[in-house]
Amino acid sequence: MDFLTVIQVLDSTVRSATPLLLACLAGLYSERSGIFDIGLEGKMLAAAFFAAAIAAFTGSAWLGLGAGIGASVFLALIHGVASINFRGNQLISGVAINFLASGVTILVAQHWFKQGGRTPSLEGAARFEPITLPFANELRDVPFIGPIYYELISGHPILVYIALLAVPATWWVLFRTRFGLRLRAVGEAPEAVDTAGVSVIRLRYSAVLICGLLCGIAGAYLATGLQANFTKEMTANRGFIALAALIFAKWRPWYALYACLLFGFLFAIETRFQNIQMFGFILPVQFVQALPYILTVVILAGFVGKAIPPRAGGEPYVKER
Amino acid sequence: MDKMPAWADAVLVPLISILLAAILSALVILAIGESPVAAFKLMVDGALMRSSGWGYTLYYATNFIFTGLAVSVAFHARLFNIGGEGQAMLGGLGVALVCLFIPWPHWSIALLAASVAAAVMGAAWALIPAYLQAQRGSHIVITTIMFNFIAYSLLNYLLVNQLKPRGSMEPASATFPAGTHLPTFQEMFSTAESAWFRGAPANVAFFLALLACIFVWLLIWRTRLGYEIRALGFSETAATYAGIRPVRITIIAMLISGALAGLMAVNTTQGEAERLLLNSTEGAGFIGIAVALMGRNHPIGVFLAAVLFGFLYQGGAELALWTSIPRELITVIQALVILFTGALDNMVRMPLERIFLALRRKEG
Repeated sequence: MDFLTVIQVLDSTVRSATPLLLACLAGLYSERSGIFDIGLEGKMLAAAFFAAAIAAFTGSAWLGLGAGIGASVFLALIHGVASINFRGNQLISGVAINFLASGVTILVAQHWFKQGGRTPSLEGAARFEPITLPFANELRDVPFIGPIYYELISGHPILVYIALLAVPATWWVLFRTRFGLRLRAVGEAPEAVDTAGVSVIRLRYSAVLICGLLCGIAGAYLATGLQANFTKEMTANRGFIALAALIFAKWRPWYALYACLLFGFLFAIETRFQNIQMFGFILPVQFVQALPYILTVVILAGFVGKAIPPRAGGEPYVKER
Repeated sequence: MDKMPAWADAVLVPLISILLAAILSALVILAIGESPVAAFKLMVDGALMRSSGWGYTLYYATNFIFTGLAVSVAFHARLFNIGGEGQAMLGGLGVALVCLFIPWPHWSIALLAASVAAAVMGAAWALIPAYLQAQRGSHIVITTIMFNFIAYSLLNYLLVNQLKPRGSMEPASATFPAGTHLPTFQEMFSTAESAWFRGAPANVAFFLALLACIFVWLLIWRTRLGYEIRALGFSETAATYAGIRPVRITIIAMLISGALAGLMAVNTTQGEAERLLLNSTEGAGFIGIAVALMGRNHPIGVFLAAVLFGFLYQGGAELALWTSIPRELITVIQALVILFTGALDNMVRMPLERIFLALRRKEG
């Protein structure tokens, strides 16, 4: 494998890792506050559709992004009402949201565009085009650094950089602000937070809304950045891989970045090479596809470093009377 | 004292939830510019007014009975088995191996062997998540989701690299030999002068599903094991105190659940397709969640809910055929049913409880 191939694989890694990373951080806020969310997939899918649809109507990727976030936040609110106000089962609510998004996107897509559940192809300002970072063109021909800067670091849509910046931002919010401290506390011991006079409901709602926001960006990136339209089930289980990455990262922001890059790398490998020869064995492509899930099960099993979820995760909080 | 009489809990709450889901579904149909009344009429005509429609409805219902029972058995132990999909895929693999490589003299023996193989493979696929939940405390929902994806990759690998007949491009096994063919309803009920269930895929596996309902009812309410499963689901501390071993019961409950999900493959793989397909489960594993929630985890409820979803599936296919409403309408209805009977259960329950308390106060 030559240097340019390596750069191209890494470039593709960054592109596939971005939606995973945004969804993973979304799950991180929600689960750190004690709300399990297996509805990441559905929120991303809804956001991808509404982003593509509104971008197609208005010709503006930014309006599309707004619509995508709106759709995702709406689903997040359903999840919030079910799991915070009505103390419903958060897993069941997540399953319902995934189905709701999977059905509604096709119904509305067919009603609006009549193209068998797709949206028209987006062009120009309706898409998030790659942006060229300063000096990228000048440095292009410098050996070694040039290709890395021009191919790998520069030339992504702006949402990729937003996703990468969301990692330190999340770390800062969670570990350096009062809100973050309370958010982590409400996922571990909501009764303590409540005793201290802080509203459990408000904290959990803010976490669920941030989760909706980030899933919205992730979905919009899929349909208006990575690809140029919405297609049926286009999230292709990325929401579940993000969930796997979240467990892999043990609910920590920087590790979430590494886990998403690893899973993105597996994506990139899988699309570029089919079966991989390694030490005389042929590694089937299906094995590479299943690897994120296998790794997550191994981590969950606790044989290699135990992943311990927030203690109050999945439990509705009932105030003592 | 209970806040509500038992009949209200068992019948009224689910009925109101389904009514809410139905109203919202009607609004969705209105929103995409179609008439809910006409759509419903078309669904009833296509699914219930002809015997072939019933043949499809009951075929789908058979799948949903198996997966619905699978989810409910796990629910009784307070385990959420979301892995019915993967367990059914592995069940299909078991059916395929038994049907492809052993020459069966008669379908009844083949059915028996395929059922055992499907149940064993389904249970085996549930074993690792069950063990990890019971012994290592890893969340069963996450592990079963992961196992769904791993099952898909495994099946994809086996179909493409091992089981696919030479020269075929489709990821599917060879067609099973004729000796494994299960009698369809058409063959069973048609007489010389009138053809019933013409062309419909419903087959003898439906009766296997009915047997499974009876088995689950006996297991949960009439055996010691069922008592232990319910006790564990009710309170783990109390169950442990009573000498019930949570690890053992968790694993057994999941094995039964996985076996039931695996049995679904007898209907789809041996009964309908007569070869192993990559997407033979068609999401039935997930519909099992809706069916179990709606059926309140009781075999009778599961049976009724499964027939209702079978109707929705067949009716949805008719809609897609005759109108511009896509099949995905069913996914939306299914989502609303799960949302209202599952996650938003308390939204219906809390006001009802208040009403019943007020009524009682008036009397007393």
